[in-house]
Amino acid sequence: MNETKKAVITVLGLDRVGITAKVCTALAETNINILDISQTIVGGYFNMVMVVDITNASDVFDETAEKLEKVGEELGMKIKIQHTAIFDAMHRI
Amino acid sequence: MITRNEILETNSMISEMNLDVRTITMGISLMDCADADIDKFNEKVYNKITTYAKDLVKVGDELAKEYGIPVVNKRISVTPVAIAAAGCQTDSYVSIAKTLDRAAKAVGVNFIGGFSALVQKGYTESDRKLIASIPQALAETDMVCSSVNIGTSRNGLNMDAVKEMGEIIRKTAELTKDRECIGCAKLVVFCNAVEDNPFMAGAFHGVGEADCCINVGVSGPGVVKCALEEVRGADFETLCETVKRTAFKITRVGQLIAREAANRLGVPFGIIDLSLAPTPAVGDSIAEIFQEMGLEEAGAPGTTAALALLNDNVKKGGVMASSYVGGLSGAFIPVSEDHGMIDAARKGALTLEKLEAMTCVCSVGLDMIALPGDTSAATLSGIIADEAAIGMVNNKTTAVRLIPVIGRKEGDTVEFGGLLGYAPIIPINRFNCEKFIARGGRIPAPIHSFKN
Repeated sequence: MNETKKAVITVLGLDRVGITAKVCTALAETNINILDISQTIVGGYFNMVMVVDITNASDVFDETAEKLEKVGEELGMKIKIQHTAIFDAMHRI
Repeated sequence: MITRNEILETNSMISEMNLDVRTITMGISLMDCADADIDKFNEKVYNKITTYAKDLVKVGDELAKEYGIPVVNKRISVTPVAIAAAGCQTDSYVSIAKTLDRAAKAVGVNFIGGFSALVQKGYTESDRKLIASIPQALAETDMVCSSVNIGTSRNGLNMDAVKEMGEIIRKTAELTKDRECIGCAKLVVFCNAVEDNPFMAGAFHGVGEADCCINVGVSGPGVVKCALEEVRGADFETLCETVKRTAFKITRVGQLIAREAANRLGVPFGIIDLSLAPTPAVGDSIAEIFQEMGLEEAGAPGTTAALALLNDNVKKGGVMASSYVGGLSGAFIPVSEDHGMIDAARKGALTLEKLEAMTCVCSVGLDMIALPGDTSAATLSGIIADEAAIGMVNNKTTAVRLIPVIGRKEGDTVEFGGLLGYAPIIPINRFNCEKFIARGGRIPAPIHSFKN
């Protein structure tokens, strides 16, 4: 399959220095390209949504998910990666 | 491109509103396992199930991880055993139930359904053996679910079977009385049973189905409740529209998971069953939806209307969202599995009679209702007959899953554990129906069954 495979990464938790840096480093290590980032801070809570290209990711999906979860634990945040298909299914006809 | 808000909406449905894929159920035909020798039959059944379903749990867990949505249960339904085992020379089918149990444990699913018989018009010898085996089968297995279809709108009601099922429920309760009569929680008596239902305890793989298929049940009462919070006080058009839109979104997720599961397992996709199926967790309750609609408790006047609009709009939203909607799609009202219903029953807001009225418009029937331990077999049969009559006349599926909890009386609480929840024993009408039930024979099909 030559199709681009996309995933959504959501990061949620108390704001602190270096969150984006840590997440991006983890992604770079597994050869995941970032397509879009949006980030806000509401009431001290950091909230980031990324769309990434996982077509050429060096790890299988499971491992990437675990790696990101671990990064989340280190930062005290919740990090989740999901295939974009679930959002397309729910919000697009 | 999906927007940030859409992403956050989906994820809050999952993390805060208990949206989940309730079950991926693999239907497996046992027709080709037929053998006169029961041991050989059992061996074939075990081998077929453990071969076909060997990756079911793995695939379910993978999908949960990749799409970030819980896939709560992985289950199996099989051809009604009374049909598949009809050729076996044996007096009892208990060994088959044990085989199913063993196979279910081997592949790691949490329920296997299909220890079933379809006797809406009459019994075969095999049906008799199966029904007689039910109490012991349910007492001596953990995962096996059983169902018996005793009527249809086309065929009328088999009142001999209605009578017998009252007795079978009693016997099942007796044999599991050391475990709060849990056997009865795994036994459903149907009218108009459907062949592709993925939900337990009533799932079986119908004879018109393919060799193997994947049916998926999605749920999300919490999502509907939260959506309704946004339109508090608005008129009924808005209310219905909101339920419909929400049902659409939920079903789309089910459709995605079902297609993907079917692909990965290499079997055809059957249907999506969009049923608002509550769990005992707070925020995952049908009764809370009623409260959000404006009723003080489930069971208050207006509850039947509220359920009717809920059920109908869930279907309308669901049908648009999936190419194949089937099963029981609608709203379940199992009492013990819904903390709001439990509270309502405790307060006396929800009675057996009101529940019966609600079953005229819900997706199934009297579900997971704990009754006093001294409820007679005839009374159980009377309740089954009433419920089946509702199904027969209204062309809908109705089911009865009653638990006469031996040693308990009205007002006590029983704990079934896990998804089966806990329930107060609710009062029952004490007047006698023995002579009515004892008549035997069949109730003919209603006039509107003649549609040819």
